[in-house]
Amino acid sequence: MSEPFYFYTQSRLVKLLGIKARNPLELLEGLKKVPLSSIYYHTHRFLQQHHYLSPEPPNDFAYWLRNILNLDELGEAIASVNIISFRNMEELRKEFIKILDGYISKGKPAVYCPEGQEFHFMSCATFVLPKNYIAHNLKEFVEILNKVSINSLYFHIFEAKMRLEKEENDFTAWFKGIGEEKLAEELSRLDPYTITLEGLRQRIIRTVRKYARD
Amino acid sequence: MPEIRDYTSVVGQGVVDELYLLAERLKGKVVQNINSTPVGGGVAEILTRMVPLLRQLGVDTRWDVIKGDEKFFSITKKMHNALHGVNVEITPQDLEYFLRINQENAEEINFAGDIIFVHDPQPVALIEKKFTNGGGKKWAWRCHIDFTEPNPEIMNFLKSYIEKYDCAVFSAPAFARDLSISQMLISPSIDPLSDKNKELPEETVNSVLEQFGIEKERLIVTQISRFDYLKDPLGVIEVYKKVKEYTDCQLVLAGGGATDDPEGIKVLEEVKSAAANDPDIHILFLPPASDIEINALQRASTVVLQKSLKEGFGLTVAEALWKGKPVIASSVGGIPLQITHKYSGILTYTIDGTAHYLKQLLNEPDYAKKLGENGREHIRNNFLITRHIRDYLLLFLSLYSEGDVFYLG
Repeated sequence: MSEPFYFYTQSRLVKLLGIKARNPLELLEGLKKVPLSSIYYHTHRFLQQHHYLSPEPPNDFAYWLRNILNLDELGEAIASVNIISFRNMEELRKEFIKILDGYISKGKPAVYCPEGQEFHFMSCATFVLPKNYIAHNLKEFVEILNKVSINSLYFHIFEAKMRLEKEENDFTAWFKGIGEEKLAEELSRLDPYTITLEGLRQRIIRTVRKYARD
Repeated sequence: MPEIRDYTSVVGQGVVDELYLLAERLKGKVVQNINSTPVGGGVAEILTRMVPLLRQLGVDTRWDVIKGDEKFFSITKKMHNALHGVNVEITPQDLEYFLRINQENAEEINFAGDIIFVHDPQPVALIEKKFTNGGGKKWAWRCHIDFTEPNPEIMNFLKSYIEKYDCAVFSAPAFARDLSISQMLISPSIDPLSDKNKELPEETVNSVLEQFGIEKERLIVTQISRFDYLKDPLGVIEVYKKVKEYTDCQLVLAGGGATDDPEGIKVLEEVKSAAANDPDIHILFLPPASDIEINALQRASTVVLQKSLKEGFGLTVAEALWKGKPVIASSVGGIPLQITHKYSGILTYTIDGTAHYLKQLLNEPDYAKKLGENGREHIRNNFLITRHIRDYLLLFLSLYSEGDVFYLG
C-alpha cells in the first residue's frame, strides 16, 4: 500500500525590510542584498493576493518598472523570466541581476520614480499547517482538491518547489510515488505561473480525473 | 455582535476554518492589548470588534486602556502631528510629562499577558516594564499612523522605546523605518458585519437623509472623517465649490471626535466658517455611536471623497469601497494599497485634480459604478477583518519562532 497524500495549507506574514529603491540601479542594489525570502515574496505575492484576476502581473519588480518608471522594455524582460525553469530562489535572483546589470551597463540616463512610489523590499514568513484531509487514491484526491482552500493548492504547487526547494511540486511527487507516471508527467508540463489559482485547480482536477479509476 | 462563524457567508468556510487551526496553536497564551482610548478613532474601533472574535476562536485576549489628562493628550496629539511631518514644537517638559504619565500607567496596569500588544505612540514607553519581574513576556508595538516622513527628533525619541520591543507592526510598506527589530506589515481592516458596514434597508438610509435634511434625488458627495486638519475638510469644501459651478450637488462632511483629539472642535468651527451658510453643505458632527448614520450616509452617496493630507491607512476608504461606492482619495498613507488608480477608484494629489475627477464621476455614472464594483472585490480579498485576525494570529505565533518557514504540526 503506497503512502496517502496529506493535504497541508499555508499562511504568510509579511515582513518589512526597510530597504527601498527609487530607480533601476537601486533596485539592482536591493536585489543583491535582500534575503531570498524577499525574492520569493515579490515573485509570488500576486498569485495569492489577486487570485480573482487574470494571471498578470507576474511579479512586483516588473510591475514597478513598467507601471511606475514606465520602462516597458526592461519591465517586459523581468516579467518574462520563466520562473518555473529555475530550481531555487538564488538562481532566480541571479537572472534578475543579470537583466538589470545589462540594462544599467548601456549607460542610459537614470529614471527616478515619483516621490511616494518607491519600491519597498519585503519578505515573508510562511506558516505551514496540516489540514485534516488525506487522499488514499486519485478519486479521493479530486474530491479533496475540490474543497480545500486556495492556500492549500498554492502550498503544494508553489511553496513546495520554490520555497522549500523540492525537485518537483508535491502533487507530481505523489503521483509518481503511487505509480501514476504518465499523470505526473502531464502535470509537470503545466506552467502554473500563467494561470489563476482557481483556473489551476480546475485544470489539475480535469487532468487527474482522466486517470482516476473507480 | 456577530459570531466568528457568521463570516463564512462573506469569506467562505475555508477561511474561517483556517483561523481556528491557527488559534489552536496559541492555546494557553494570554494576549493583552493596550491603547489610549476605548471609543472613537480607528484603533478603538478595530479592537472593539477584534477582541471578542479572538476570544471566540479560543485565544485569551484582553484589552486595557491607559489613563491620561487633557495635558497628556494634547502632547500626544502634537506628537501625532509631528510624526505626520507637521512642524510643531514639543518641549523637553512635554516629553518628560509624557513619560511620567506612561510610568504612572505602567505602575497601575496588571501586565497579565504573555504577549503585550501596545498600540500607537501614546503608551509606547510602557515597554520599560518589559525588564521587570525577570522579563519572559513578548512585546509587540503596533503603529497605526503614517510614518512616511516623521519629524526626526520625535522619531528618535520614540525609536529608543520602539527598539526595546520584540517587533514593530506597520500598516503600509512606506512606513518601515531603519530599526534594529523585526518589522511586519499588517494592514488594518473593516468588519463587513458591523453596524457601520452591514447591509441596510432602504428605509433606514432614507430616514437618515431626512434626519439631516439631505435630498435623496440630488447628487451627494461625502467625506466621512474626524474634523482634523490632516483630513483636509477645508480642501474638500474648495473642491465642492469648484465642481458646483458646473454640476449641481450636495456636500456632506460628517465625522465624530475621539476622546484623545482636543483639536477637533477648533477645526469644526473653521469648516463651518468656510461653508459660509451654503444650504447644500451639510456639516455633521456625530456622536461616537453613529455607525448606522455613517453607514447610511456612505450608502446614499453618489461619490465618496477622502482628501487626506496624511493618513495611517484610511479605513473610511475601505468602508466606502465595500459598499461599492466610487471613491476619490489622496495618494497618501495606506490609501494606494486600497485603490489602484482608475481600476478600483481614483487617486489624486491636489484640489484641482480632485475636482476634475469628481466632475467626471458625477457625469459618468457607468464608469463610476465599475470602479465601485472592482473596489468592493479588492476589499473582500484583502481588507476584511478575517484577514486581519489571521495576520494577528500569525504575528503572535511568529514571536515564538525563528526563521522564515514554520511547521505548525
